[in-house]
Amino acid sequence: MSTLTRKEVEAIAHLARLAITEAEMPVYVKSLSSILTFVEQLNAADTGAVEPMAHPLAGQVQRLRPDVVTEVDRHEKYQENAPQVEGALYLVPKVIE
Amino acid sequence: MTTREHDGAMHALTIAELSRKLRAHEFSSEELTRALLARIERHNEPLNAFLTVTEDSALAAARAADKRLAAGDAGPVTGVPIAHKDIFCTDGVRTSCGSRILDNFVAPYDATVVARLKGAGTVMLGKCNMDEFAMGSSNETSYYGPVANPWDRTRVPGGSSGGSAAAVAARLLPAATGTDTGGSIRQPAALTGITGLKPTYGRVSRYGMIAFASSLDQAGVLTRSVEDAALLLETIAGFDPADSTSVDEPVPPYSMLLEQPLAGVKIGLLKEFFDKGLDAANAACVRAALDVCRKLGAQLREVSLPNLPLSVPTYYVVAPAECSSNLSRFDGVRFGYRCKDPKDLTDLYKRSRGEGFGAEVKRRIMTGTYVLSAGYYDAYYLKAQKVRALINDDFRRAFRDVDVLIGPTTPTPAFAIGAKVDDPITMYLNDIYTIGANLAGLPALSVPCGFVGGLPVGLQIIGPHFSEARILNVGHLYQRETDWHRRVPPGYE
Repeated sequence: MSTLTRKEVEAIAHLARLAITEAEMPVYVKSLSSILTFVEQLNAADTGAVEPMAHPLAGQVQRLRPDVVTEVDRHEKYQENAPQVEGALYLVPKVIE
Repeated sequence: MTTREHDGAMHALTIAELSRKLRAHEFSSEELTRALLARIERHNEPLNAFLTVTEDSALAAARAADKRLAAGDAGPVTGVPIAHKDIFCTDGVRTSCGSRILDNFVAPYDATVVARLKGAGTVMLGKCNMDEFAMGSSNETSYYGPVANPWDRTRVPGGSSGGSAAAVAARLLPAATGTDTGGSIRQPAALTGITGLKPTYGRVSRYGMIAFASSLDQAGVLTRSVEDAALLLETIAGFDPADSTSVDEPVPPYSMLLEQPLAGVKIGLLKEFFDKGLDAANAACVRAALDVCRKLGAQLREVSLPNLPLSVPTYYVVAPAECSSNLSRFDGVRFGYRCKDPKDLTDLYKRSRGEGFGAEVKRRIMTGTYVLSAGYYDAYYLKAQKVRALINDDFRRAFRDVDVLIGPTTPTPAFAIGAKVDDPITMYLNDIYTIGANLAGLPALSVPCGFVGGLPVGLQIIGPHFSEARILNVGHLYQRETDWHRRVPPGYE
């Protein structure tokens, strides 16, 4: 039975860059604990010599392509979706004082 | 016959039937499109199946299709109306993924699936509701509210492709695209009485499909017949250099391979699927379907996949891990929602994501962040990847003895809206029979096989990698012997 503390959930939320409200916090403490308990069933499986599987199709290799430019510059169109831009730049709050 | 007389019935036709009538000029694509747009207008509100209706571009596409039909330059799906799950990028059209964080996002390009269907002359009527970022099994996690099941509007249509499923089942249009990461095409197809196909991983390009769990996600279709699924699959399948996991294998003419006799075909009955969680009435429908297959000449035998019961816990480590990584791109900087008055960059990230994502998405991101974090990676993520390999081996061994595996798609028919929202584990267990095919990357089909208490039940057919032609063949011959797929929800005739 896995039980996460509130402190642990706050740490996870920080790593994931998620602001969690006071009201949401107890719900996540409870549900994340129950999910971890649920997935602990996996410990029952004997996986001693098993190779981990990251991809469903065996034998696929990463394809290479000629090193030539295939994209055109469409930054103006892409930036139409940005919350705040100036020139060709995306604006965020000041990072370096 | 005049076109007027057709108006009442066009919405009931399949793609194959529409295609014949469009080519025979019994009605035009524009007339068909107008009739279906009117039907969406009339029926969408209580269903909440469509998030966006693209009326003007649909009529323009229909008129272009009519020109191709007149010039004799039409393919089998030219002029046929479809809709896309709102997870597929559509150039110039809002693509929300069912999330507040993308509520204002207008895609600057088409997904490959969208581009291929457009090129083939289909007419996009709009974008369908879905669970937020495809994370859900009931379409209740959408920022835009739940979708209702046309068979009983107090019940869920399944998810995450719930809007696509409800729209097709309610005869608002003949087909819609979907995506399937853990059952998101097959489960809603089963719960709404329609046909749903999840192709082999790599068969259909994922380019422009907003990523949830990249080693599991696959695009597919929801239709009202297996024949229609075959027609659409041959349109969207095939190699795409823009998707690094797309497989360069020839695309068979699926719609021409539907009639192969079943004599001698070996069907495996998945022992682990007939477990204590399976509703007895659902099981009876599936067993009756197996009798139909036997009468068609197939040989049935029981097959055991001992590790399959671990597929749900495996999935709920692997999928959240991949989701936590994929969804880090939503940061409030380049696109999507940004919180008000961020005091610094960290605050901007945290509040944009905290306010932009819904509860279930945040739960999965945090689960994934935890299982990938230092000290827990081996115990959870690596362990799950190893169990995934065991499940994959189980399938591989089974396919040495049988051509396809058959079982139920879901443990029960559609449940009530709100019934499972407070308990994530109960909700996750809805996908107990569908997740295996995603973990192993296998193609799988759900077809309607009966009713329990007036609600549809689905039969699942799973095949080895790239065996779409075979599973479609089995499903098609089953549909020739039965009429479950032709049943229409009351009020939507």
